[in-house]
Amino acid sequence: MTGGKMNEAQLHAYADGVLGEGERAEVEAHLAAHADDAARVGAYRAQNDALHRAFDAVLDEPHSLRVGAARTPVPGRWRWGAALAATFVGGAVLGALLHAAVGERASGAVAPIARQAALAHAAYVPEVRHPVEVAASDEQHLVAWLSKRLGTALRAPSLAPAGYRLLGGRLLPPAGEEGAAPVALFMYEDAQGRRLSLLVRREPSGSATAFRFARQGATNVFYWIDGPLGYALAGEIGRDELSAVAQVVYRQLNS
Amino acid sequence: MSALTAAEIEAQIPRLRRFARALTGSRDAADDLVQDALERAWAKRHLWQAGTNLRAWLFAVMHGVFVNGTRRRRPAESLDAQDGADRERVDGGASAETAIAVRELREALQRLPDEQRQVVLLVGLEQFSYAEAAGVLEVPIGTVMSRLSRGRERLRQLLEEGAPDRHGLRRVK
Repeated sequence: MTGGKMNEAQLHAYADGVLGEGERAEVEAHLAAHADDAARVGAYRAQNDALHRAFDAVLDEPHSLRVGAARTPVPGRWRWGAALAATFVGGAVLGALLHAAVGERASGAVAPIARQAALAHAAYVPEVRHPVEVAASDEQHLVAWLSKRLGTALRAPSLAPAGYRLLGGRLLPPAGEEGAAPVALFMYEDAQGRRLSLLVRREPSGSATAFRFARQGATNVFYWIDGPLGYALAGEIGRDELSAVAQVVYRQLNS
Repeated sequence: MSALTAAEIEAQIPRLRRFARALTGSRDAADDLVQDALERAWAKRHLWQAGTNLRAWLFAVMHGVFVNGTRRRRPAESLDAQDGADRERVDGGASAETAIAVRELREALQRLPDEQRQVVLLVGLEQFSYAEAAGVLEVPIGTVMSRLSRGRERLRQLLEEGAPDRHGLRRVK
């Protein structure tokens, strides 16, 4: 069958090295006469090798996954956040209030501000060289510039209590209606290089809401409206941890 | 003595994590998936038949969790592709060229349909036989072969499109 059409499955089996002696020789004879199939088989083998190069390191990574240790059940979800909140004067009370007020949007449509925050987070967080337009070393300028563009006084909250330092920020176009003010994005990073972004935008409705939670893909978002501004904190960290950081943001902005 | 122990399951965690990382493209999403799968496997451990392939069974359990999860998250799924995973180091001594190739592979993988990505990874990365992969996914072996064929071909095209990057041409993002 050297001249004939090779069975597709046989080519894959050859690339995967699972053919017996006889079949292997048959495929090799076919490949010698069919350069296009030979190139394909070569590419598939290269894919397998590349997959191992890309992901084998995961095998040796430390991790904390265990069997039989069910994760914290729902009623206790906020323990981590509450503990962190309790380290601040008055924080425990605030933590309890926010905790009670948190809304859940995870199953329904993602709110526009949460969606915008998740999209911006996904776009800029992987950037190694240009995660921000203006770096934190220029914080005064950054805050003044963004305040001017949004037309209201902004602050870049310090997330040091949660272990995150400000990397800097950037300006984003408004998501919705024409003529709306642009949007500010602050980015933070912890010692392990995990990043959070805080999106701040004008909210014409100008009310106040409870913390709400949304999840878009792998990105968790807490968002809320406080007076003229809406906030959305996005990150890939766990929900409880993100909630604790959101509470730090809230307190910083209201102190 | 055929009862499944936690230690036996835990011995498979590195493999489950490797597959989940490649499947989801994100460390956090992958570990969430594996943790959910471990909980489900532990709860259903009486369903495992002693003497059968434990690793394949655990992958099947995780596949069930993954399918449920993606169905639930479907409306917002488009972001999964590009989250933090790409920032990960490849390994210490890897050349810039390798790092770029690895990043391109990760990106290309995330652009494959879930069904094709699963098969390409089960076979190419986890080295399951075609029959085992069919068992994990609960589809006929012919379906495995056609998904493998389409997935590998698509991956080849995506990687070839990405290749000019390495030669200094700018790719418009």
